[in-house]
Amino acid sequence: MLVPAGWLPVAALWKRELLRFKREKARVVGFVGSPLVFWAVIGSGFGDLGFFFPGALTLTVMFSAVFSTMSLIEDRREGFLLSVLVSPASCGAVVLGKLLGASSMAWLQGLILLVFLPVAGLELALSQALSLAGVLFLIAFSFAALGFAVAWRMDSTQGFHAVINLVLFPLWMVSGALFGFASAHGWMSWLMRLNPLTYSLAALKRLLGSGLEADTPSLAVALAVTLACGLALWLAALLAARGRWTGGAA
Amino acid sequence: MVIVSVEALTHRYGAKEALRGLSFRVRQGEIYGLLGPNGSGKSTLLRILATLAKPGGGRAAIAGQDVVTQPREVRRMLGVVFQSQSLDRKLSVTENLACQGWLYGLVGSRLRKRIETVLERLRLEDRRDAIVNTLSGGLRRRVEIAKALLHEPRLLLMDEASTGLDPAARLELFDYIRELRDSQGVTVLLTTHILDEADRCDRLVLIHEGRGVTEGSPAELKAGVRGDVVVLETDQPAEAADRIRERFKVEPVFADGTVRVEIGDGHRFVAEVVEALPGAIRSVVLHRPTLEDVFLHETGVPLC
Repeated sequence: MLVPAGWLPVAALWKRELLRFKREKARVVGFVGSPLVFWAVIGSGFGDLGFFFPGALTLTVMFSAVFSTMSLIEDRREGFLLSVLVSPASCGAVVLGKLLGASSMAWLQGLILLVFLPVAGLELALSQALSLAGVLFLIAFSFAALGFAVAWRMDSTQGFHAVINLVLFPLWMVSGALFGFASAHGWMSWLMRLNPLTYSLAALKRLLGSGLEADTPSLAVALAVTLACGLALWLAALLAARGRWTGGAA
Repeated sequence: MVIVSVEALTHRYGAKEALRGLSFRVRQGEIYGLLGPNGSGKSTLLRILATLAKPGGGRAAIAGQDVVTQPREVRRMLGVVFQSQSLDRKLSVTENLACQGWLYGLVGSRLRKRIETVLERLRLEDRRDAIVNTLSGGLRRRVEIAKALLHEPRLLLMDEASTGLDPAARLELFDYIRELRDSQGVTVLLTTHILDEADRCDRLVLIHEGRGVTEGSPAELKAGVRGDVVVLETDQPAEAADRIRERFKVEPVFADGTVRVEIGDGHRFVAEVVEALPGAIRSVVLHRPTLEDVFLHETGVPLC
């Protein structure tokens, strides 16, 4: 095993998420299936499957990532977290392991959706496909971190659902997933410009060459904002977990 | 050699004082018990020793390492079995153990060897691939212990580890603990409110309202209660107590609607008290002091 000692706890928690995921097939079907239905219905309704494809992709990845970190609440309730907290694993390793576990699952689901590219009438060169995979992973990681920061403070999955839905849906709706800059008026177009998710989606649109407008941010700007948000959310997750003395265990 | 030293430890949750100056020491290779009713501060103490909570005052150290200032070093030496389950139910026994191993920096052939050893020691070899969800409560407890022992801790902390087990499984669990101590020299610190568990410890501290009341081996503690214990059931406990106080010059204690008397010559007292209170006594029980009697003797309140 070629893992340096400090990374072992990260790998331990990562692998655990993969094993759990493997045993919960319903989760895979649900997370890939529902955005697919969404995409097919809305895309067909508007007669433009290509325009809605990046949005469906984002929806899949962000929801899967956020709801994977919800398991943190179960981990606490079921006691698993307690045994991690009394182990010598560092706080940073615990956070990273959980985030990588959640985001790699979400990422894989996003990649599965790429099978439907031809249906959307889109094409992708290999180099673009690799960049796309990278952006999808960034989106997954960012939302896993967001989910982690919220879940660490929550003691019920219901509360988590309520808070997260309040954030996720509006973010997604004004990110250019449903309508572009051209059809947004006044303050709505400003809201879109302020929404970080607009930039992640713009990166996908640029790479897929779909739904592009004059106002769509350039790839460089889109990537920079996505990366910065990912780092900020990772920091937020770390800060939340630093309170392990008080928030650690029930 | 002292493995656990706890000195004047205090802790409060808001207005509630959970620990009020608890002190005791545990020596290498001992099975040491903390006996006290629910809410006496036992679990709080274990949380502090496991570095999950900070004490308000006082000091606690494991093998000389302070639990507050050296939590990493302390965690390496500890194996903890919690009152609640800590296994991932969706993973198999071996997968759970492997995850635990990685958390403690164990990999490769060393990890495989350790997994084999703990599976064998806790007689779980034929369950290695079972998903935890499918195991019985007793088996899960054994996996919990296997998990806690995987990294060869010097000290095993067990918080009401027999919770949810039937009496037979509880005794079996204790046999495992003894075996471990004998073969590996592991020191065990456990909390319990169950008498037959407490009776099997090498030494005990009785805890009441966040303080240590008395400490010693079960035999020493019982020797602190004079003679025999006689428990009388009667319709008028107050009246009966007055008569006993007058005639036998002893101080009876009321507990759970009964009258309890600690007395040197139990058998003679029983004969005489039945004569002295004709028709008033529904039942008489005479027994050697138990740890429950010790607790009542020291604190004036019953254990459960």
